[in-house]
Amino acid sequence: MTEAYVFDAVRTPRGKGKPDGSLHEITPLSLATQALDAVRTRNNLAADGVDDIAFGVVSPVGEQGAVITRTASLMSGFAETVSGIQVNRFCASGLEAVNIAAAKVKSGESDMTIGGGVEAMSRVPMGSDGGAWATDPAAAFDTYFVPQGVSADLIATKYGFSRDDCDAYAVESQKRAAQAWSEGRFEKSIVPVKDVIGEVVLDRDETVRAETDMQSLGALSPSFAMMGENFGFDSVALQKYAEFEAINHVHHAGNSSGIVDGAAAVLIGTKEAGEKAGMKPRARIRSMASIGSEPTIMLTGPEFAAQRALDRAGMTKNDIDVWELNEAFASVVLRFMQALDIDHNEINVNGGAIAMGHPLGATGAMIFGTVVDELERSGKETALITLCIGGGMGTATIIERVN
Amino acid sequence: MTYENFSVDVDDDGIAVLAIDLKGASMNVWNGALLAEFAAFVDRFVEDEALKGLVLTSAKPAGFLAGADLNMIASMKADTAGDAFEQAFQMNRIFRKMETGGQPAKALQKGQASAKPVVAAIDGLALGGGLEVALACHYRLASDNPKVQFGVPEVQVGLLPGAGGTQRLPRLGGLQNAAMLATQGKPVDAATAKGQGFIHDIVPQAELVAKAKEWAKANPKVTQPWDKKGFKFPGGGGAMDPRSVQFFMAASAMAQRETQHNYPAVRYILSSMYEGSIVPIDTALRIESKYFTKLIADPQARNMIRTLFVNKQAAEKGEQRPEGVGPTELKTVAVLGAGMMGAGIAYVTAKAGMNVVLLDRDVAAAEKGKDYSKKIVDKGVARGKISKDAGEALLARIKTTEDYADIKDVDLVIEAVFEDPGVKADVIKKTEAAIGQDVIFASNTSTLPITGLAKNSERPDQFIGIHFFSPVDKMPLVEIIPGEGSGDRSLATALDYVAKIKKTPIVVKDTRGFYTNRVVPPYLNEAMLMVKDGVKPALIENAAKSLGMPVGPLALTDETSLELGLLLTKAAKQEMGDAYQPTGVEGFLEKMVVELGRKGRKSGGGFYDYPEGGKKSLWPGIHDFYPLAAEQPSLDEAKERLLYAQLIPAAQCYADGIVFDPQSADLGAIFGWGFAPWTGGPMSYIDTVGLEAFVRTAEALAQKYGARFNPPEAFRDMAAKGETLYKNAA
Repeated sequence: MTEAYVFDAVRTPRGKGKPDGSLHEITPLSLATQALDAVRTRNNLAADGVDDIAFGVVSPVGEQGAVITRTASLMSGFAETVSGIQVNRFCASGLEAVNIAAAKVKSGESDMTIGGGVEAMSRVPMGSDGGAWATDPAAAFDTYFVPQGVSADLIATKYGFSRDDCDAYAVESQKRAAQAWSEGRFEKSIVPVKDVIGEVVLDRDETVRAETDMQSLGALSPSFAMMGENFGFDSVALQKYAEFEAINHVHHAGNSSGIVDGAAAVLIGTKEAGEKAGMKPRARIRSMASIGSEPTIMLTGPEFAAQRALDRAGMTKNDIDVWELNEAFASVVLRFMQALDIDHNEINVNGGAIAMGHPLGATGAMIFGTVVDELERSGKETALITLCIGGGMGTATIIERVN
Repeated sequence: MTYENFSVDVDDDGIAVLAIDLKGASMNVWNGALLAEFAAFVDRFVEDEALKGLVLTSAKPAGFLAGADLNMIASMKADTAGDAFEQAFQMNRIFRKMETGGQPAKALQKGQASAKPVVAAIDGLALGGGLEVALACHYRLASDNPKVQFGVPEVQVGLLPGAGGTQRLPRLGGLQNAAMLATQGKPVDAATAKGQGFIHDIVPQAELVAKAKEWAKANPKVTQPWDKKGFKFPGGGGAMDPRSVQFFMAASAMAQRETQHNYPAVRYILSSMYEGSIVPIDTALRIESKYFTKLIADPQARNMIRTLFVNKQAAEKGEQRPEGVGPTELKTVAVLGAGMMGAGIAYVTAKAGMNVVLLDRDVAAAEKGKDYSKKIVDKGVARGKISKDAGEALLARIKTTEDYADIKDVDLVIEAVFEDPGVKADVIKKTEAAIGQDVIFASNTSTLPITGLAKNSERPDQFIGIHFFSPVDKMPLVEIIPGEGSGDRSLATALDYVAKIKKTPIVVKDTRGFYTNRVVPPYLNEAMLMVKDGVKPALIENAAKSLGMPVGPLALTDETSLELGLLLTKAAKQEMGDAYQPTGVEGFLEKMVVELGRKGRKSGGGFYDYPEGGKKSLWPGIHDFYPLAAEQPSLDEAKERLLYAQLIPAAQCYADGIVFDPQSADLGAIFGWGFAPWTGGPMSYIDTVGLEAFVRTAEALAQKYGARFNPPEAFRDMAAKGETLYKNAA
C-alpha cells in the first residue's frame, strides 16, 4: 500500500469561546479559510495542488453547516476542482479527518490531501445540532445516556481519582502549556488569525494561565454535581455501575477542557507528489484506528484505540516515545496513564486542552501538528495521538518522524 | 334515535347536549357499548346539518368520565400486531373525527374547511379517556364543584393515555406539564388545569351547560389550534428547539431514576410525546396508538391491572367477606394501648369518621397517643390538605381515657398493647368484662398467634387478629388473621372496619409471622448473608432498587434496627427450641450489634453512617470485619438472589396455605413490604416467567447458595404439569 506522509501542519491560536473571546468576531468559515490558505502559501502549492480536503466539525449547523469544508476551499486560494468533505466523530473529528485524508492517500484515491477541522464554539455553541442520542427517549433509555461531565466523574469514581489528583494534573497542564509558549515550541505551526481588514486579532492561545495552582482550583465548585444529582444522571450511571454508592463529582471548569474557537490543517500526500511539489516529508503515518467502547462511562476509549493502533502497526507501547491524549477531562488522561502504565513525563508534554482549550472539530488536527513539531524539536522518533469521544469511542494515530 | 348509554337533547338552535349515563354503572367509563354508540353519534353529528354544535357532559352525579374500563383493556386480544393496533386506534379515530368534523387536516390547515363546535362541560372526575375526549373538544369548561379533577392515571397500571392524551396534552399545556401529568398519573384540580392550559374556564356549577351552549352558538366554525397553520407547541417541541431538547434530556434521566428501567409505560409516554411533537397530529396519534399496542402486548400491564386495580378493588369491596353476615355498623371503636401502633390506629379510625375511645394505663399516656393525630392534623392544616374545622372535628372524635368503663358502648375493640402474651391476656379479660356481649375483639399483633391469644377470651368466636403495619397512617395493607375459633361475624366485622379506613385487606392463616413477616426477614437476612460473603454493600442496595424495591434491604434493616433483628432471632430460637432453623446471620447480628455497636439508624448507625444534617452513606468500616470478595457478582446475579429471597418464602406461604390465593399473595407483597409493583406481585411474576423457569432458577440458586432457595414441592408439581398459579386457583 502507498505510504502517507505529513508535509505540513498549521493551526490557529485558540481564542476563548465566549463573546469576549478574541476570535468571536471571526466566522468559522474565515478560520477554516485562513488555515487552508496558510497550508497552500507556506508550501507554495498550486491552486489545484491537493485533491480533497476533509475537515472535522462537531456542530455542523448554521454557519458551520452545509459542508463548510467545500465553502472554505472555494473561499481560499484553492481551485474549484478541489473537493471537500465534512467529518463528525465528535471530539476526535479533527484526527479522524486527518486519518481520512491519509486513508485517501494510502488507498490511492488521492495524491495530496488536507485533513483538519474547525469549530467556533463562541458562535455555534456545543450541542447546537441536537441529536437523537440525548433527546430521543428511546435512545437515552437504551444507552443509559449521561452527559460527558458525569461520565468523566464516573471515571474518577471507578478508577479512584480524587479531586486533588485531577487538580494536580490540571496545574501541570497549565505549567507545561505556559512553558511551551515561552520557549516558542508552537511557533512552527501557529497561523495568527486576521480580521477582515487584515489586522491580526490573535496570535497565541488565549486561555493559558501559568499562575494556576492547587489553591485557585480548589475554590471552584464541581460543574456536574447539580446536573447529576438533580436531573437523575447520577442514578442513570449508577444503574449501570451498580457497585458504587454515589458519583464522586471532581471535575470543574479548571480541570476540564476549555471552550474555545480555532481551526487546523494538516497536509498529507505520497512521497512522490510531495517531491513533485518541492516539499520534504516530515512524518509518516504508521497506523490508524477507531474503536467503540462502553457508552455510559463514554470516555475510556483511548486505551483501546491506542492498543488497536499499536497492534496494527506491529508495535508495543514501549515503541512510543511521545504520547498525546486530548485533555477533555483530567480523569480521562489519568485513567489512560493508569491503564497503559505511562509516565506523566511522556504524555502531553506541552500541555493540552485543559490549558489551551478544545475547539471540538479542530482539536484532533491541532494536537497532531503539535506532536509533529515535538518529534522534530526533541529528536524523538515515534508518537501516538488519541482522543476520547462522545458516545463511547476512541480514535488513535501513530506517526514517526522521517527527517 | 335513542341511545342506551347517553341522552341527546337538541335545542332550537341545533345545539345538542349529550349527557353520558352508562347503563348499570354509578360512574361513566368507556366500554365497548358506550364507544360503539358514541362512534355512531359522532358520525351522525358530522353528517346531520340540523346539528350545529355539541355539548358533552355527564348525567352521573359521580363525575364526568373516569377512563376506560380496565377489564375491557385487560381482555383485549388480537391475532396480529396490525389488528391490535386497529383496536388501540379506535378511540383516536372517533375523537379525531369529532374534532375535525370529518374534514381532512390539509383542508383545515388551509382554512378551506372547519368543524362544528364541540364543548366539554365537566362537573366532576375527568380521568383517562374521560379527560382525553374532553381534550378533543374545541372548548373545555369545568364547574366550580370542588370534586372536579383532571388526570391521566393509566401509567399506574402500566399503560399510557392512548386516546390522544400524549399528543393533545403537550399541545395544550406544553411538554413539561403534560409529561408530569402523564408519567406520574396524579390528577390535578380545575384551577391547576386551567393554569396549565388544559381547560379554558371554570364557571358556576348551575351555569355549566348554559355557558357551554353559549360558546358553541358563538363559535359555529372552529378548528383545533393544532390544525391551524403555524401551530407551535407552547414552551417548544420537537427535536431541534433547545427548550424541548433540554426537557427531553432531563425527563429521560429523571424517568430512569424513578423507574429503574422497570416501567416501559413511562418510557413510551416520553417517546410518544417526543416523536409526536415532531410530526402533525394525525401521524402523532398513530404513533401513540402503536406505543399503546406495545404496552398491551406486554404481560406487565395485565399483571399490574390485575393486582393493582381488579384484585385490590375486589379485596377492598370485601371479596373475602363471609356470606350471610349483615353489615356491621361501626360508630365507635375502642383502641387499647396508645403506643406507636395504637396512636396510628386511633388516627386512621377517627379520620374515617368513626369515634375513638383511646385507652391506656393513664390518661397522660393516652393523650400522648392522641398527640400523634394532632401532629398529623396540624401538618395537614399548615399544608392546606385539611381544613381547620375538619381537623378539629377529627381530633374531637378521639376520646382519651384510662377507665374501662368508658368503652362499654363501643362497636369494635382493637387492642394494640405491648407484644407480650401476659399483658394482652390481662387486657382481654378487663375489656370483655366492660364491653357488650356481641362486640368483636380484634388484636393487633405482628408476632403472637391469634389462637393462643384467643384462649384468654370468653368469646373466642368473636376474637380475631388484625395486623397493621407501621406507620399505620402510611401503610396501605392490613393482614386479617382469623384464629381457629374465630367466627364468620368476626371476619366480616374486621373487613368492614378495614373498608371504612380505606386500606387493603388480605386474610391470612394464623401462623408465626403470618404472611408478610414470613417473607421479609429471609429477604433481609439474604442481604446480610451477601455482606458476610463480601459482596459490596452498594451493589446489594442498588440491586434491590434496580428490582424496583423502594429502599435497599440494608437501609431497611437499619430502619427497623439490627438490634431488633438480634432480639427477634433470640426470641425465635428460645421459643422454637429444636425446631428453630438457623438463618446463618445469628453470629453476624451478634457481632454487628454487640461487638461493633452498629445497632441501626436510631442508635448511631448500622450499615450506614448518618451524619447530622448530611446524607447517609455506607459505613466503610464493615470491610475490616467482612472483607470484600475478590469476585463480585454481576448486577443481574445480585438482583436474582434478592428477588428469589422473596419469591421462595412467598411461594412457600402460598403452598402451605398461609395465604389462600395468588391474589392475596400478590397484594400482600406489594402493599405490605413494597415488593416491586411492576411485577404485579410475586405470584404474577412467577406466572410470567413460567413455573418451570422459576423452579429451574430456584434450584440453581439452591445449588449455589443453599437449600433455602429450593422451590416448594407443590410448585415443582405444578411446573411439571405445565400449570400456572392464577389459572390453577381460578
